[in-house]
Amino acid sequence: MIISAENITFSYNKEQSFILPNLYCSAGSTILITGDSGKGKTTYLHILAGLLKPTTGKILIDGIDIVSLKEKANDKFRGQNIGLVFQKSHFISALTVLENLEMASWLANGNKNTARAKKLLVELDIEKQAHKLPSQLSIGQQQRVSIARALMNEPKVLLADEPTSSLDDKNAEKVIELLTSLSKEYKAALIIVTHDSRIKEKFINQLTLV
Amino acid sequence: MITKLAWRNIWFKPLNTILSIILLTSSVAIITVLVLLEKQFEEKFTNNIDGVDLVLGAQGSPLQLILSSVYQVDAPTGNISYDSAKVWMQHPFVKKAIPLAFGDNYRGYKILGTTSDYLQKYEAKITQGKIFKNNFEVVIGAEIAQKLNLKLGDEFFGSHGDAAEGEVHDQYAYKIVGIAEQTGKVVDNLILCTIPSVWQMHGGHEEANPAHGEEGHVHEEGEEHHSEEFTLDKKGMDITAVLLQIRNPMAKLTWQRLIPQNTKMQAASPALEVNRLISLFGVGINGLRYLAYGIMLISGISIFIALFNTLKERKDEFALLRVNGAKRLQLLKLIMIESLLLCTVGFIFGTILGRVALIFISNSSEEDFKLSFNPYEFIWEKEGILFLLTISVGIIAALIPAIKAYNLNISKTLANA
Repeated sequence: MIISAENITFSYNKEQSFILPNLYCSAGSTILITGDSGKGKTTYLHILAGLLKPTTGKILIDGIDIVSLKEKANDKFRGQNIGLVFQKSHFISALTVLENLEMASWLANGNKNTARAKKLLVELDIEKQAHKLPSQLSIGQQQRVSIARALMNEPKVLLADEPTSSLDDKNAEKVIELLTSLSKEYKAALIIVTHDSRIKEKFINQLTLV
Repeated sequence: MITKLAWRNIWFKPLNTILSIILLTSSVAIITVLVLLEKQFEEKFTNNIDGVDLVLGAQGSPLQLILSSVYQVDAPTGNISYDSAKVWMQHPFVKKAIPLAFGDNYRGYKILGTTSDYLQKYEAKITQGKIFKNNFEVVIGAEIAQKLNLKLGDEFFGSHGDAAEGEVHDQYAYKIVGIAEQTGKVVDNLILCTIPSVWQMHGGHEEANPAHGEEGHVHEEGEEHHSEEFTLDKKGMDITAVLLQIRNPMAKLTWQRLIPQNTKMQAASPALEVNRLISLFGVGINGLRYLAYGIMLISGISIFIALFNTLKERKDEFALLRVNGAKRLQLLKLIMIESLLLCTVGFIFGTILGRVALIFISNSSEEDFKLSFNPYEFIWEKEGILFLLTISVGIIAALIPAIKAYNLNISKTLANA
């Protein structure tokens, strides 16, 4: 198991608390987290990414319990080991596509790693956009850049939050295909939060929050 | 990398950035000009009064007397009798007395009758030629030589009074026998000759009518006194003022009262009058300074608003940076650097612009008052303080946005996006 989460509970306040199911995922495989809105899908994903601290429970990523990490170590660990893809792509708007990728690498390990950034752009078929600003790209292209960025630091875990909800069928299919094939190629555990039926039919491993 | 990102960020919103930089530049420029002007102005004014304790001249405004006889910028208060001035000049309390007689000008540059002591007082050595000795021999200041392109041996006619358009005295020509070295003081812009030259140039007017011949005095051709060589010993002549260096400190004070009470003359203290003048200017300079600080405050607010406004749009970016492994402190640093970059750029432009402005001010004051300023001087201490001030404006303006970025809740920001 590259990532395991056990006995996770979380509460924003007294009225709203979540008891989240255990999760286990090995390198190269995929788990879908589904469920209706308000059941804590995004919350679970943020907990797994170390962006939120759970009230109880333990999350092991590559043998390290990220719940017990201090904030700075947590930031560093996240940068180096976890790749995140969001529903809507966020970029540093003043930097070009290539520089956005380099920044992700530099923040994690102090190394721009331009070669890897270029390689990923080629792999995702967006190398022509490398020197454009993110805002000049189409939504489908932007989502592919997000995937490239998530993969920049060879993460152990790839987390995707509704990666297809703003895409049309063709692009959605392409993104899912890229996510699964690349996570296999880079041996990352892929965890996708979604309520998109176009994805649900493709995966067997599903964890439904109730 | 953070600095690069900061640099990119400030140019991503060029209008905001340019507004902030323009405001900063103008406030820094105004303060730089003021700092340089004030210092060089005071320097010029105090340099010229070294060794002059009192100025003896006709009664009137003491400030006018000082301005005209020490700084050569105003009209003289009138004439005094050389015979009665001599009484004081030869007094045992007096260490040195330099008589001055204003006569004519040459293309706007004053021709001043005096003694060689005048050159010594300003430590102006003769670099070419020799000191004036006979009547109508002149020594010219370094700047005149350069600007009017005059050489040893050149001759010229003076015009009456201090206006270049005055009546031309073409009876006698002045001849350049010496050129003085550059001193940075008033002597650079003067033409110096003997006092009897001035007397002789104005010939008969002087005797009949001491106040520069307002009532027409008809010259008759071949009149006898034209050929007569005037000397300092000639009786009944007038001069304009006397610069006095006094031995006895008490006399410096008492003579200012004593002389006007007992004679038709006055004794004015340059130090006193210059202080009065500078404090007079001080009001204006302070006003401008407050204006500049006001603009700096506004530029601080403008930076603050720019950073604060973009903070909302950039929340996602900051969250993203954190997701990618950035520490809280790095976000704080990013915003601080953005603000400091603006301030540094503004300061550099302001320092340059201030000096460009000073070149223009210097050129026009040179034309009007023969007073020039050096724009290339750096007053490290004051400009250093100005730099620190600019930087602190940047830090204060960035403080709240930076703290907000520091405390950003990433999960909430991403979930709401």
